[in-house]
Amino acid sequence: MERTGAKILFEVLRQEGVEVLFGYPGGSVIPIFDALHDEPDIRFVLTRHEQGAGHAADGYARASGRPGVCIATSGPGATNLTTALATANFDSVPMVAITGQVKTHLIGNDAFQEADTTGITRPITKHNILVKDVDELAHCLKAAFHIATTGRPGPVLVDIPVDVTTSTSDKPVDADVRLPGYRPHTEGNMRQIKLAAEAVNQAQRPVIYAGGGIIIAEASDLLRQLAEKANIPVTTTLLGLGCFPETSPLSLRMLGMHGTAYANYAVMESDLLIAIGARFDDRITGDIAKFAPDARIIHVDIDPSSISKNIKVHIPVVGDARKVLEKLLPLVKFAERRDWFARIDAWKKKNPLTYGPEGLRPQYVIEQIDALSPDDTVICTEVGQNQMWAAQFYRFTQPRTFLSSGGLGTMGYGFPAAIGAQIACPGRTVVDVAGDGSIQMNIQEMATAVQNELPVNVCILNNGYLGMVRQWQELFYNRRYAGTPLPGNPDFVKLAEAYGAVGLRVTDRTDVADALKEAFGSPKTCVIDFVVEPEENVFPMVPAGEAINRMIGGMS
Amino acid sequence: MEGKHIISAVVENRSGVLAHIAGLFASRGFNIDSLAVGETEMPDYSRITVVVRGDDTILEQVRKQLGKLISVIRVTELSGTDHVERDLMLIKVSAPAGKRSEILEVTEVFRGNVVDISPKHIMIEISGPEQKVEAFIELMRPYGIREMVRTGRVAMMRGGENASKRRQKPQEE
Repeated sequence: MERTGAKILFEVLRQEGVEVLFGYPGGSVIPIFDALHDEPDIRFVLTRHEQGAGHAADGYARASGRPGVCIATSGPGATNLTTALATANFDSVPMVAITGQVKTHLIGNDAFQEADTTGITRPITKHNILVKDVDELAHCLKAAFHIATTGRPGPVLVDIPVDVTTSTSDKPVDADVRLPGYRPHTEGNMRQIKLAAEAVNQAQRPVIYAGGGIIIAEASDLLRQLAEKANIPVTTTLLGLGCFPETSPLSLRMLGMHGTAYANYAVMESDLLIAIGARFDDRITGDIAKFAPDARIIHVDIDPSSISKNIKVHIPVVGDARKVLEKLLPLVKFAERRDWFARIDAWKKKNPLTYGPEGLRPQYVIEQIDALSPDDTVICTEVGQNQMWAAQFYRFTQPRTFLSSGGLGTMGYGFPAAIGAQIACPGRTVVDVAGDGSIQMNIQEMATAVQNELPVNVCILNNGYLGMVRQWQELFYNRRYAGTPLPGNPDFVKLAEAYGAVGLRVTDRTDVADALKEAFGSPKTCVIDFVVEPEENVFPMVPAGEAINRMIGGMS
Repeated sequence: MEGKHIISAVVENRSGVLAHIAGLFASRGFNIDSLAVGETEMPDYSRITVVVRGDDTILEQVRKQLGKLISVIRVTELSGTDHVERDLMLIKVSAPAGKRSEILEVTEVFRGNVVDISPKHIMIEISGPEQKVEAFIELMRPYGIREMVRTGRVAMMRGGENASKRRQKPQEE
């Protein structure tokens, strides 16, 4: 049956089970939006900037495990998506971005609102495709979904010229996707897994170092079984938060630059490091030459290029975390390791996470958010001090409850991501932990939240500074605060109300709990302006280039 | 071991693929000595032959990162195998009347071809392994090299094995 490219697009979206589309219209995508008008089963969420659409699709994907889909027009619409694509690419988030493009015969001619979208986004997407023929559109879109959601997930961009969306084709949507250059290895080599099991059973001071890959593979339950069966402590990366319950006695919580001291000590003293779904990023390893000096390293990862990229790996296992853990679990044995746990307990007692006693401390706000919100709350963060305090002082127990831009570190990510997460998880409490700098980067999405009646709770840790940079300037640049004070911040309460949301201000420690209870109980979008201690620092801290057991601050 | 390595990749014959690979090398900071691309016996696929400089760690990353690209079908490292390499060069050498016969003699020794001749210059085509081409360049230098262009190395494995079918396995198998 002959139908337009725009109609074919929606056929594929329906086949892929897409329920929500985030985006912003424009000239090159009017035919698509016209077809959207006839699609009652797909919810379209209009954001107020394409970057917001991209981050919302990202938040939707991280919270639900399903691919996030966003749409933007050509030229500036597409270029506005680039930060969101790079953010998703760095953190392996499944996303399909559809962009309009000028007519095929105008490509390369400097047409109105033309940009070399595939050229610009090539390094920041898992794959991208420019569709020049409407007969290929269905296969390109099916391939995009397949690539985005399999192997190591990532954003895939499909650039569709406007005349392709209006031309017609009678080619049916073929369920088969032919990609001869793409065959992810998921099974895990049994010989390697047996070697890993032997190493585990012989280890005296093992540590499991778990990352976002566990959550992507839906392997949290298996990780817990492994840790408990073999009796091994677990530390997680930023993106791994929630893959292992932080309330477990085996949890060392987060490691790395702003991780707990006991996690960092344990890794540095370990004799076996079991890395699963993590990539030895520099925020984790500190000085690579000194990292885990006595440890043999097992590395389970679905991306072969991540293995032995930064650090020599002794037992590599290429595969999906879930499939590998299923095969590993029967082979490991319990070992008491009493001395190892005694040392770890001593570190935990000597250097817990702490902060100062009085005043309105941002760390206290996070602890109260933890205390007053349900266990399945979704915590989104912006970037900087707000992000690190949320990671440190909230106890995560479930996967897909911590959404944060880890790899790229994108300020302005949290709020639109929270919007996407709330849409993916209606009925659950969703919080965006923000700083006064970050929240202004995508503040326009207040309209999106209010229009869609999303009870997102934005908690601004307002210290009047670009906090994390100010911290580095204080510690390493003699307190020369260049470019970091943020004068001219709006009155966030009035701003929230101007958008039709609820605005609350807290200036006193004793008012924190009430404000949070009010926000969490409200069906409206809420913004709480917490006026916190202005020069609070995130500790402990591993200075750049140091080994991770050489931390400063917050240590006794 | 630091050195030059030849990597042969079979890729989809579509616009943008070469740009993608070049972009990959640039963004990862890999040092490319040469890159040659052309058709293969399969109409949907092209072959890219890259000479990369670096040690074993770099080489492993180059292979893996190339393999990650959806448009790249196979990646083969030829350096360790029994293979044939060729580099083709066109070189325009200053050749005034008195020097011409010497240049032509050297050209014959190297089994090169004269492809153009003008009052003051001779253009010569030379192909062969890298050392042969480099040796010819050095011999021509004293006369004055006016212009030079090289294709970069292409290579193929000896025997019946087909590099495009030879699968590169992930690291640990």
